[in-house]
Amino acid sequence: MGRTLAEKVWDDHVVRRAEGEPDLLFIDLHLLHEVTSPQAFEGLRQAGRKVRRLDLTIATEDHNTPTIDIDKPIADPVSRAQLETLRANCAEFGVRLHSLGDVEQGVVHVVGPQLGLTQPGTTVVCGDSHTSTHGAFGALAFGIGTSQVEHVLATQTLPLARPKTMAITVTGALADGVTAKDLILAIIAKIGTGGGQGYILEYRGEAIEKLSMEARMTICNMSIEAGARAGMIAPDRTTFDYLQGRDHAPTGEDWDAAVAYWQTLRTDDDAVFDAEVVIDGATLSPFVTWGTNPGQGAPLSANVPDPASYEDASERHAAEKALEYMGLTAGQPLREIKVDTVFVGSCTNGRIEDLRAVAGIVEGRKVADGVRMLVVPGSVRVALQAVEEGLDKVFKEAGAEWRHAGCSMCLGMNPDQLAPGERSASTSNRNFEGRQGKGGRTHLVSPQVAAATAVLGHLASPADLSDANATAGV
Amino acid sequence: MEAFTTHTGRAVPLRRSNVDTDQIIPAHWLKKITRDGFEDGLFEAWRKDPEFVTNRPERAGATVLVAGPDFGTGSSREHAVWALQNFGFKTVISSRFADIFRGNSLKNGLLTVVLPQETVEQLWKLTEADPTAEITVDLVDRQVRAQGVVAEFELDDNARWRLLEGLDDISLTLQNEADIATYESGRPTFKPRTIQA
Ligand code: SF4
Repeated sequence: MGRTLAEKVWDDHVVRRAEGEPDLLFIDLHLLHEVTSPQAFEGLRQAGRKVRRLDLTIATEDHNTPTIDIDKPIADPVSRAQLETLRANCAEFGVRLHSLGDVEQGVVHVVGPQLGLTQPGTTVVCGDSHTSTHGAFGALAFGIGTSQVEHVLATQTLPLARPKTMAITVTGALADGVTAKDLILAIIAKIGTGGGQGYILEYRGEAIEKLSMEARMTICNMSIEAGARAGMIAPDRTTFDYLQGRDHAPTGEDWDAAVAYWQTLRTDDDAVFDAEVVIDGATLSPFVTWGTNPGQGAPLSANVPDPASYEDASERHAAEKALEYMGLTAGQPLREIKVDTVFVGSCTNGRIEDLRAVAGIVEGRKVADGVRMLVVPGSVRVALQAVEEGLDKVFKEAGAEWRHAGCSMCLGMNPDQLAPGERSASTSNRNFEGRQGKGGRTHLVSPQVAAATAVLGHLASPADLSDANATAGV
Repeated sequence: MEAFTTHTGRAVPLRRSNVDTDQIIPAHWLKKITRDGFEDGLFEAWRKDPEFVTNRPERAGATVLVAGPDFGTGSSREHAVWALQNFGFKTVISSRFADIFRGNSLKNGLLTVVLPQETVEQLWKLTEADPTAEITVDLVDRQVRAQGVVAEFELDDNARWRLLEGLDDISLTLQNEADIATYESGRPTFKPRTIQA
C-alpha cells in the first residue's frame, strides 16, 4: 500500500524500531532560542554531556529581544539574564548563534527557512510549538519541550510514537482578497482547537498548490492551534525555486540529488489517511477571531455569536467566558469592533510578502486617530529587504511604528505589550487571555485585514476602504 | 525523573476547557532559567480572584487536578509542567490533553490521565460536594478510584514502564549509540548543515 508524505519522511528517519517501543527518530535540524533552552543546557552540563551534532544545531534570540533601542543594554534584567545565558551556553558548547544586532537574527521560524536550512524531507525540531511552520517545505517539523531539547542536544534523536495522518484538502481557488491566514483560521474554526490532536496534517488541493512559500508557512505555522503535532505541504516547484541559491541550499550535484529525492515526497495515490477534511476554498472570505482561542473565529461579515447557540455545554461555557473577557456582546457585528492597537508581525505573518501586502494598503493613507500600529519584521533580513523596497517609509508616513525584528507583541515578553483592556487586531497566532499583555484583548487577523483595520479604526477588510481614506495628493 | 506508581490525594476541580499554557504559566515567567520557583506563576491571572478554586482554603494541599477537555493547549513551554509540579500537583485528569503538554508531563513524572468526560464530571461533582474526598491514581493497575468511581485509563506500556521506574530518556537512548552512528554514516550529503564540522 502507498504511503503518505508524513509516513515517507518519518520512515526515512527511523534510527531504531523495536516492538513495544516508540521509534527512535533522527533529527536533521535543531533550532534553539533563549526561552526553552537554559534548563536543557544545564542538564547537559550536570550530566557532563556534549552537543552531539553542532553542525545540525543553530540558535537565535527572538522572544525577549527589544524592538527599539537595540543598541542599548536591555532594560529588563530578567530578559537580559536569559539572553546572556543563551550567549554563554552557545559559547561554552560551541553552538552557532545569531544574537541581537546580527544580520541573521530574527524569529527562529523565519530564520531557518530564509537561510535555506529548512528543506523538504528533513526532520526539524525546536523548543517552540510553532516549529510546525517548517512543514511548509515538506519537512516533518514539530515543537518539543525542554527535556526533549536536552535529549536532541545530547543524542540528535528523539523517541516518538508515530502520529496518525489527516488530509486537509482545500478545493477550489481562494477568491481575491482571501489569504492563507483567512484559510487557516477557517480550518481551525471548523475542526476545533483539539481537532488535529494526535495527527500530522497534510494540506493539499488546488488552493494550497497555488500558494507561495510565505503563505504556506502561515498555514503550517498555525497547525498547532488546531492541536496537531505537525502540518505539512508536499514540496513542488514553488518550494525548489524558493530554496535554490539560499545560503544552505545544496549546490551542484548535491542540488540535483536533493531535487530528485524531494520529488518523491508526495503522498502516493493509494495511500490512506486516518482522517480527511475537505474545505471549499472558493467559499471563504476574510476571517477573524472574536474569542480567546484560535478556534473561536468567524467571517468578518458575521456577528459575534450567541453562546446560547452552542449545543455543547463546555463550548457554550467557553464562549460565555470569552465574550466576557473580550468585552463583546452577542449579535454585535464584528466589523463594528474598534481596536486600539494593530500588530503586524510574528512567525505567522512577519515575512516580506506580509509587509508588502500591508504597505500596499496603507500607502497614501493614515492610521486612524487613537490607533497605534506596530510593524515588526520577522527577521533582520526581512527588515533589510523592506527598507530596500521603501516599505519602512510607507509605514512611517502612514503613522505606523517601524520596529526591529523579533517576536515582540506576539507574546509580549519584551516591552511591547497591550495594557489591560486594550484591544488589538494582530497578525500573530494566539488570542489567549493575556497573551499580548495582561488583560489585553486580541483579534487574530490577516495582514490585509490588519492594515485596513489600522486605517479605519475598527475591524475591516481592504474592500471597506474608500478613496476618502487616502490622503489627498499622494 | 521522579518515579510514579500510585498516588492518593485531594482534588482541585477546574471546570474549564481549553486551559492553554499561557493560563497555566504566563509568558513573563518564562524568563527564568531554572526548573523551580514557578509555583506563584501557576494560573496567575485567575488566582487574582480570591474565589478561584485554588485559592479556597479547603483546596490547600490538594495534589490531583481535574480539568476540562483540551488541557495544556498552546505553547511547548515545559514550564507549564514545572509550575503544576512546583505548586504540588502530582497528576492531572482530563478528557483530552494537548500532545506536547502530555509529552512534557510524562517526561517529568507528572502523570496525565485521560478519562471520559462523564467520569471527569463525576469526579467534579464528588470533589465539589466534598472537598475532603480523595482520588487515587494507580499507575500499576492503570486505574482511577474515588468514592463511587472506578475507571480504567490507558497509557502505553513503554511510557508506563518509564514512569514506574523513573527512567531518564537520554541514558536509555544512549544505549543505542551504535544505531545512531550507523544512521549518521548513511545520511545523504545534500542534507543541510549549520556549520562545517
Ligand atoms: S513570533 Fe510568536 S509564535 Fe512565533 S516564535 Fe515568536 S512568540 Fe512564538
